[in-house]
Amino acid sequence: MAKYDFAIAVGGAPGQGIETAGKSISQICARYGLNVFTYTAYQSLIRGGHSFLTIRISSEPIANHGDKIDLIIALDRNSVEKHLPHVAPGGALIYNTEHVREVPERDDIQLCPISYKELTNDPDRKATMLNTCMSSVALKLVGIELDVLEEIIVLALLKRKGQAVVDANIAAARASYDYAAEHFTPFDVQFEKQDTPLAFGSGNTLMAMGGAAAGVKFYAAYPMSPSTGILHWMAPNARDLGIIVRQCEDEISVVNMVIGAAHAGARAMCATSGGGFALMSEAIGSAGMMEIPIVVVNVQRGGPSTGLPTKTEQGDLWQVLGASQGDFPKIVVSPTSIMDGFNTIPEIFNLVDKFQCPGMVLTDLSLAEGHTTFVPDSINWQPEIDRGELISEPGQIDGEYLRYQITDSGISPRAIPGTPGHVHVVATDDHDEDGGLISDEFTNPHKRRDIMEKRQRKMEGIAELLPPPTLEGPEDAEVTLIGWGSTHGVISEAVQQLTEAGISTNHIHFKWLYPLDEDAVNEVLSKSAHAIIVECNYTGQFARFLRGETGFKADGHIRKYDGEPFMPHHVADGVRELLNSKTDLYVPYQEIVV
Amino acid sequence: MARRARRERPIQGAPTARDFKGDVNPDWCPGCGDFSVLNALQNAYAKLGRGNHDHLTVSGIGCSSNLPGYVRTYGMHTLHGRALAVATGAKFANHELNVVVTGGDGDGYGIGGNHFIHTMRKNIDLLYIVMNNETYGLTVGQASPTTIVGEQTKSTPFGNLETPLNPVAMAIVSGATYVARAFSSEGKQLAELMYNGMQHKGFAFIDVISPCVTWKKEKMEIFDYWKERVQFLENHDTSDRAAALAQAVKTGHETQLGLFYHDTSRQSLNDMEPVLENGPIAHQPLGISQEQGDAIIQRMM
Repeated sequence: MAKYDFAIAVGGAPGQGIETAGKSISQICARYGLNVFTYTAYQSLIRGGHSFLTIRISSEPIANHGDKIDLIIALDRNSVEKHLPHVAPGGALIYNTEHVREVPERDDIQLCPISYKELTNDPDRKATMLNTCMSSVALKLVGIELDVLEEIIVLALLKRKGQAVVDANIAAARASYDYAAEHFTPFDVQFEKQDTPLAFGSGNTLMAMGGAAAGVKFYAAYPMSPSTGILHWMAPNARDLGIIVRQCEDEISVVNMVIGAAHAGARAMCATSGGGFALMSEAIGSAGMMEIPIVVVNVQRGGPSTGLPTKTEQGDLWQVLGASQGDFPKIVVSPTSIMDGFNTIPEIFNLVDKFQCPGMVLTDLSLAEGHTTFVPDSINWQPEIDRGELISEPGQIDGEYLRYQITDSGISPRAIPGTPGHVHVVATDDHDEDGGLISDEFTNPHKRRDIMEKRQRKMEGIAELLPPPTLEGPEDAEVTLIGWGSTHGVISEAVQQLTEAGISTNHIHFKWLYPLDEDAVNEVLSKSAHAIIVECNYTGQFARFLRGETGFKADGHIRKYDGEPFMPHHVADGVRELLNSKTDLYVPYQEIVV
Repeated sequence: MARRARRERPIQGAPTARDFKGDVNPDWCPGCGDFSVLNALQNAYAKLGRGNHDHLTVSGIGCSSNLPGYVRTYGMHTLHGRALAVATGAKFANHELNVVVTGGDGDGYGIGGNHFIHTMRKNIDLLYIVMNNETYGLTVGQASPTTIVGEQTKSTPFGNLETPLNPVAMAIVSGATYVARAFSSEGKQLAELMYNGMQHKGFAFIDVISPCVTWKKEKMEIFDYWKERVQFLENHDTSDRAAALAQAVKTGHETQLGLFYHDTSRQSLNDMEPVLENGPIAHQPLGISQEQGDAIIQRMM
């Protein structure tokens, strides 16, 4: 089959079934075996406002929502007015003539008006089946068989709404499909069913699944966008999987419960966004002090303060690096794709168990609420599980047990409560090898120094284990793009675009952010050419961090902080602009405004 | 404070309070009410008849929160105000542990007030002992949430204007299923309330009047002040929530001691958790089976 890269967008008001239409189309494509990535631009409203969902479909694996839109399903007039200019030449717009009387002139796209009244038998005329009609028209235009839509309608509606609603929707879908066949011109791109159907899920779902695979037994949360998707996956699945899920009174309670559960021997995790993470800060330090392994996920949204609840940003790096008072071992990781989110959770659990410290997963809305298709077999449900030096049976230690025994690695064997013969107290006050408070001995400075050095020695072990970033692409490239976390997919695609345009470009991407092995990182950075750091915040948090840790200073910066994620061309345009001008900062213009 | 050398002290025969003596000697001021509370707790632990390792003593920050170091059980000396949240997590991870939370009025009713309310509402199977001395002792004597109106403290030099909260009434209203008040000098009753509170399947709460001999103006006379006021609850039906509340909000010279409320009908949250039917999650195998994973993927197609 020929190569293709096609995007369908659905626009409308929340409550109009945008999500349903988007989910149906995505699921249909997944069943067809097509690669899909979706992104929804929405508001912090339950009803009213405007949402715009982009479904990108490609013959190649994709990890972002792309640069263009070929087909828009406009569920309301607002969507036509706002998004007509966004349809790429040769594209199409589907709208309902009962909602939209007139469409501004555009002779380079196909207008596909339908009449909801004529296509459906909807006595209450609330247009509840409009999304079905329009999805059906869209599918016809790209050559997808109607029976897959019918399957999805049954799946989505039979249990919740009953047979009558299913029948009405199927009738509406058939009428719309036939109407489209008769009145509209299909796209040149016609999707063919592939041999292997794909699964479809969001970043939040994949991280929650990664937690289940990692052996998370206790999950606590306070609802906070855009991290709530993890709770929403955990809550219904937990019982069958032997996981306890608790919703707490606040994020302070969340993280402290997680600390209690982890100390008592369970793998425990929580997720929140920037504001909730701020509340967790003090306790994260206490996990460092008591040497309790926990995993905290921060799904970033636009800040500061309540900020942009439904928009993306990479603005919490310094918050996470600086969380809590004092120095303590910690690990910060930022998954580079939705699928990497799955793998990251077992990876970081093994590390925090080994080094008995808090681990923080720093991701953002663009990945967590983005959805992707994936090959079912690519999920490893049996990842390696290493609990480190854990004592849960008597007799594992000869002689006296010291919870915070001073060792070369800084790691002291950890006995969990309930284990005979290892009774001890852990404390948030600084303490001696046996857990006794240092302040009980008039704050002995030598003991304080010893225990501080013991804890911090763990950082050396961690840094050795964390893989440094690799250089992707030709070593002799003209430009090096440097990114971290969620932007891997979009930067990779910008690299491709630039390379095709004759600007040879490579890519260094950071997943493991802290601790950094300075020498290993500098080794990679030394291969960079004209270096441009790409990140989704105002002050260049990563650029400053990298400079502080390694002394590396980039030649240019591409930063976005308008709430919407990068599109590949934003990065590619930025590189061209920076190469041709004297400035070292490019801030892309967001074309699609919702 | 000098620490004794740590050595293995396996319990021989039936445990005694001595078996629950910790490695560290308390650094409380001589005469502090907390000594008696500690003593009662060691007696209650002994009476329960289980090993040192079967108990987890959790505290926050403050004079009284130093207690886990003074008992020989597993212990957690957590952040200021967060002991109940930590203890809840620990109980869910291993519900076979006897989890006891200790702390003071500033820790529990001030900075930890939100967790106090919600842990009671959730009715987790914990025993929570608050050593209420109506002051912030470790920060050298400011007003606390239970300091009485008019009292001069370091932070209220012109007299406290704020109405103290009523922990017993709050507990009854918030959903605690075992609610008592005790006095550190009434050690026998205190130990019994603690023992029964540990046996209770749900959230057990004891507000213990544990006078501060350093930051209260009356100094050692503070005990006489309380001895003259305390009265044992009599002819009271502990299963009657309204009657319990009426007793708790009673105003006047006297302060009632004893069990105000005991509800045996409500299951604790951990008892209602089906995941715990297979034993503590801390001991369950990690991860999920391939079949479970396949079923999850199937639902995503």
